[in-house]
Amino acid sequence: MVVKPLTGNYAAAYAAKLSRVKVVAAYPITPQTTIVEKLAQFIEDGEMDAKMIRVESEHSALAAAYGAASGGVRAFTATSSQGLLYMHEMVWWVAGSRIPLVMAIVTRTLGPPWNIWTDHSDIMDQRDSGWLIMMAEHNQEVLDETIKMFKITEDPRVFLPGIVGLDAFILSHTTEPVDIPDQELVDTFLPPRRQPYVFKPGDSLLMGNVPRNLKENMRMREDIHNSLEAAKKVIEEVDEEWGKLTGRRYGGLIECYRCEDASHFIVGMGAWVGDMREAVDSLRTNGIKVGLIKVRYVRPFPREDILKWVVNAKSVIVFDRSVSAGSAGPLFLDVAAHLMAAGIRVPVKNILAGITGLDVTYEDIADAVLKSVAEVEETGKFSRFIEWYYGR
Amino acid sequence: MSEGEIKGKVLPISKPCVGVAGKTGSWRVMRPVYDDSKCIKCRLCWLYCPENAIDLSEGGGPFIKIDYDYCKGCGICASVCPKNAITMVPEG
Repeated sequence: MVVKPLTGNYAAAYAAKLSRVKVVAAYPITPQTTIVEKLAQFIEDGEMDAKMIRVESEHSALAAAYGAASGGVRAFTATSSQGLLYMHEMVWWVAGSRIPLVMAIVTRTLGPPWNIWTDHSDIMDQRDSGWLIMMAEHNQEVLDETIKMFKITEDPRVFLPGIVGLDAFILSHTTEPVDIPDQELVDTFLPPRRQPYVFKPGDSLLMGNVPRNLKENMRMREDIHNSLEAAKKVIEEVDEEWGKLTGRRYGGLIECYRCEDASHFIVGMGAWVGDMREAVDSLRTNGIKVGLIKVRYVRPFPREDILKWVVNAKSVIVFDRSVSAGSAGPLFLDVAAHLMAAGIRVPVKNILAGITGLDVTYEDIADAVLKSVAEVEETGKFSRFIEWYYGR
Repeated sequence: MSEGEIKGKVLPISKPCVGVAGKTGSWRVMRPVYDDSKCIKCRLCWLYCPENAIDLSEGGGPFIKIDYDYCKGCGICASVCPKNAITMVPEG
């Protein structure tokens, strides 16, 4: 164990190295590039026994990593934004074929116009593909969750690929002290590679052939859904096990901050959760009983965990850093739908902020929450369910 | 073999076998017709056929045999033939 100052991108690279990834395939794109640069350096320096495949596009990057994983080894790739969208077809193929694989997504908004700053438009665009999707709050979580993601995705109850998301620049290029576990510890933690089938010479196997029976095909889709539901338990078990080894437990699918006596709840995910903690402290100083629910995993969605906390709340305010244009923010849509389905009638509101990378400070968050709480305290409801927040 | 179920997961995998997707020859709108008298036994059609629907006959008789149960009529064999020994004709 050694504490080093690492950017979020280097934390992801160290995690891939410690997980004994054998194949990395990638195409450079800002702000992801330094992840695979670091991995290329590890390989070149002989610190990492892996093959780096340089490809001509992100579509090929995931295809190559997927091919390697299908052949029985741990594979890793990383991308962002436009590159992720170019990769999107392969994102579905990997999940559909049930091959475990881990990918880091450094979240960056989408064009036009050209823009390299963070929002969650790119990662949320993968929401329905069948991958596990998590967002990290800080660089330590990037490192921890990347290693854990290999264990979770390779669990026979899951057998699906997983994404570790980190916000562009706020994490990817910001240096924080990160505790790097020993190789021996990670070797103890990660079992040998497991996957549902392996392509090998002399043992012919077809993947993805035209289905003879569409009921079987639909069952495949249901099985992906059921396996994501089953992954909830696996995520918690792995979180607990990692916590015993390192002292760092995050709480499974969500992490709560000052929720115990809270009347109003903020829901958010990603790097700005750190600012939300500050906002909660500041609001509490003013006597407002606010709690924060940090969504760590957005897929599988932590339905049960969130409902448990907000069942008797006075209000729920969901912050989204992306929007399903024509409806609302995707986190809000999940929270609102599951509240409704569970018969919980709590006023719920969506604040859309930080979209396209517009800077959001903890004072902004406190300001938006303060006004929303004041309205619901006075009238018992929100007059509008969606607010585009541009700052104070 | 149909789609597989391994370790409790419903998987899109199968064992390769002849005609796993049914007799795909019914998809054909153009039919390759072979003229043995023009054939120089170069084997290009056999090599290029994406459906493995061309067999070679080394022991006499017409040199190639097209399996019309699975030939989709793509026309690659006719296209690569250096002697125009294969022509594409519309299906009846």
